[in-house]
Amino acid sequence: MEAMKEAVDLSLREMRETFASGRTRSVKWRKTQLKAIIEMVKDNEEKMCDVLFQDLGKHSTEAFRDELGFVMRSAATALNSLDKWVVPRKSNLPLLFYPATGKVISEPYGTVLVLSSWNFPISLSLDPMIGAISAGNTVLLKASELSPNASAFLAKTIPSYLDNKAIKVIEGGPDVATILLQHQWDKIFFTGSPRIGKIIMAAAAEHLTPVTLELGGKCPTIIDHHSVSKDIMSIVKRISGGKWGSCSGQACISVDYVLVEQSFASSLIEMFKPVIKSFFGENPKESGCVARIVTKKHFQRLSRLLNDPRVQASIVYGGSMDEEKLYVEPTILLNPPLDSEIMNEEIFGPVLPIITLRDIQESIGFIKSKPKPLAIYAFTKDEKLKTRILSETSSGSVTFNDVMIQYMCDALPFGGVGESGMGRYHGKYSFECFSHEKAIMEGSLAIDLEPRYPPWNNFKLTFIRLAFCEAYFKLVLLMLGLKR
Amino acid sequence: MEEIVDQSLREMRETFASGRTRSVKWRKTQLEAIIEMVKDNEDKMCDVLFQDLGKHSTEAFRDELGFVMRSATTALNCLDKWVVPKKSDLPLLFYPSTGKVISEPYGTVLVLSSWNFPISLSLDPMIGAISAGNTVLLKASELSPNASAFLAKTIPSYLDNKAIKVIEGGPDVATILLKHQWDKIFFTGSPKIGKIIMAAAAEHLTPVTLELGGKCPTIVDHHSVSKDMKSVAKRISGGKWGSCSGQACISVDYVLVEKSYASTLIEMLKPMIRSFFGENPKESGCLSRIVTKKHFQRLARLLNDPGVQASIVYGGSMDEEKLYIEPTILLDPPLDSEIMNEEIFGPILPIITLRDIQESIGFIKSKPKPLAIYAFTKDENLKTRILSETSSGSVTFNDVMIQYMCDALPFGGVGESGIGRYHGKYSFECFSHEKAIMEGSLAMDLEARYPPWNSFKLTFLRLAFREAYFKLVLFMLGLKK
Repeated sequence: MEAMKEAVDLSLREMRETFASGRTRSVKWRKTQLKAIIEMVKDNEEKMCDVLFQDLGKHSTEAFRDELGFVMRSAATALNSLDKWVVPRKSNLPLLFYPATGKVISEPYGTVLVLSSWNFPISLSLDPMIGAISAGNTVLLKASELSPNASAFLAKTIPSYLDNKAIKVIEGGPDVATILLQHQWDKIFFTGSPRIGKIIMAAAAEHLTPVTLELGGKCPTIIDHHSVSKDIMSIVKRISGGKWGSCSGQACISVDYVLVEQSFASSLIEMFKPVIKSFFGENPKESGCVARIVTKKHFQRLSRLLNDPRVQASIVYGGSMDEEKLYVEPTILLNPPLDSEIMNEEIFGPVLPIITLRDIQESIGFIKSKPKPLAIYAFTKDEKLKTRILSETSSGSVTFNDVMIQYMCDALPFGGVGESGMGRYHGKYSFECFSHEKAIMEGSLAIDLEPRYPPWNNFKLTFIRLAFCEAYFKLVLLMLGLKR
Repeated sequence: MEEIVDQSLREMRETFASGRTRSVKWRKTQLEAIIEMVKDNEDKMCDVLFQDLGKHSTEAFRDELGFVMRSATTALNCLDKWVVPKKSDLPLLFYPSTGKVISEPYGTVLVLSSWNFPISLSLDPMIGAISAGNTVLLKASELSPNASAFLAKTIPSYLDNKAIKVIEGGPDVATILLKHQWDKIFFTGSPKIGKIIMAAAAEHLTPVTLELGGKCPTIVDHHSVSKDMKSVAKRISGGKWGSCSGQACISVDYVLVEKSYASTLIEMLKPMIRSFFGENPKESGCLSRIVTKKHFQRLARLLNDPGVQASIVYGGSMDEEKLYIEPTILLDPPLDSEIMNEEIFGPILPIITLRDIQESIGFIKSKPKPLAIYAFTKDENLKTRILSETSSGSVTFNDVMIQYMCDALPFGGVGESGIGRYHGKYSFECFSHEKAIMEGSLAMDLEARYPPWNSFKLTFLRLAFREAYFKLVLFMLGLKK
């Protein structure tokens, strides 16, 4: 541990020196790093698919879609947009301040700490780093020890592509994180559970370090079958893709559970079964397209959730588990008890509860009874229901008639609210996430207004009153002595 | 007190859940009521500010009453624009999906304000919270008890008191408040308390905006502004002594100037002080007093350091009974003295001399990031160095304090001077959650989205990510492998 403490001290010192040198502020430097990230992913596609298979059993196509391609696209966006992002923004000052001018410039915070999660260990590490770098910061990444192959790959490969006096990688678990959090960072970016998010924020408070926390929650999916009956096949496909097609449901924006009217529940379930089979064949375990559960501990958590007798009784599809292979079959539940654990914590696994309601309008109240999730999904064409969802619920985001896809769209801010997080990133929001926006005012010494200074008198008070009302005409009259 | 807080919060949550505060009409009604409240009670407000801080009514109007009315007016005039959803341009790949971002109130907001501008630092954040559609609970500072009592008594008769509440009290009440879960906390005060607030907020994952303090340096580059030195001296004096006797987060804390010019500068500041406050500032009525005995004693301790005493070149007299400290100038107090290592927050102005004004950059960087940096210079190189080599909430060239009045500019700190910002539209954003909305389409279904995976789907995804649409079309037509 002492060696680790020293390594951290040294890294931070070097990062601060590098930042102080001004090197990371140059747009040229930032672009060079971004290009290097793209190159690193291109050069190492196979290796990266390997480590993602080793850590999570991800199919290489899933790995490409969710991690490698995603990262390259994010870096390309930053590269193409950076010149625009760094331009100072002119502020229109009221006439009163004439001839003073104002603008806002984006300035890097300095030293950034990125703590990423194990489920998308490549993209959740590199994407925040892309943001931090494009904003001109130095970055230290600690990837998750629960995805050790990905973490080791990043630790070994990043230094040979990126400026290693500015961008560093440390491996390790909670003990390393604790050491890191004792230091003062200029910004901390964390992806993970709400429980750890609280610890991160409390540690950041010691140094008044701003934080972005990308946390989780139970992302509900409303199916208003009345208004989307023609498209139910697409809907089932999208939900299935969202639940089982991306890291086996171990994603912060996964479909956690479905809300549907009682009358439609069995039709819905019967439509899921063939879709799951079409995705994964008769034996999903052998399909190579279902990611595995990350560790034995996580597997045991999921099996505990499932082994609740009342939850067991609600299984209508799947349910088989293989602890040795860390495999949980795509599973559907119909109305597990609402007070069961599985309905009160983020599932983060390939188990899909379907909760029935008498009337789909009740979905609003149901969602509101739980903590604010990262995303709400709703399949509906009913404009009234959409409006109710938007105005009566709160979540990081809302997606109608699709799932997960908002993550891929970097024109939209990605982040949570309440227990699902604070702050946001993606696209330009990433640049802003890692920038301090500094207000600059260029005053003028040309004019000096006496009413600004004591001693106070009625004239000055009247002047100030009129100035506040921006009653310029009256102000002129006052100064000409034509107004009292 | 615990019960009162419980009840208040419960009522605020019910009110928020009812949806009433989301209506633009409701928000505008509250904003109009704030303006009315200030208009109706100008005299009374000037009274309490005089009682709590000895502020002259013109200073009170400029820094608090007029400021609040203007802030509420801006919000009133702009609200219709601010609430409009922002359309996001989605890449062609997502066609025909559309996206937008809507601003949604957080819900229940806690505003903890400071004693130095007890009216504006309470009402201005409230204006932001209300314009964003939240319910708000204000706890003003017990160190400005008359202002706090005034707000507690008067706000309920102007504003919707099921949504907007005021509680009085000190750290013990704050502790109770912080145990609860708020959807947003807005705090103005010292870094030390800011840390406590943020740590408490962490328990509930509550986002915070912290408007803290710091030592705001003022660089005087006499070479490039020699013609305007009188204005420079006036503005510095106004910034130091003309607003709450230096007890402001954006006060000029200390001046940096080249050694060769120091005495000239001091000789220009002296008549300025006399012109502002006369021969006997204590009797001028234009100089605020120190807020409490405890604060007075802190300042007295800073000044009574022998090394600091020896550096007094103007002023220095104190009257504990009247909580009065004379406008005081120091020349090169020891850099390791307390007064040079904590935010002064009083009417004492250290002048620190340097051999070369360029050294001001390094000097500023050796201290925590301040809320504002002021620099009187027309030297573009020096300006560039200041902007790119230092960090602060804001930088103002050739003036002081005035960035606070300009609500087109974000007002907030960085590092020890704070987190987040407000004023104008930034206030609206400060108290809003920006929710991304994507409207997907069920019209098209791309097989390539779903397992089982194969080379075709992988190639499709590759091309899609690169937005190589033409190639994508060729590919789908079977004309590309």
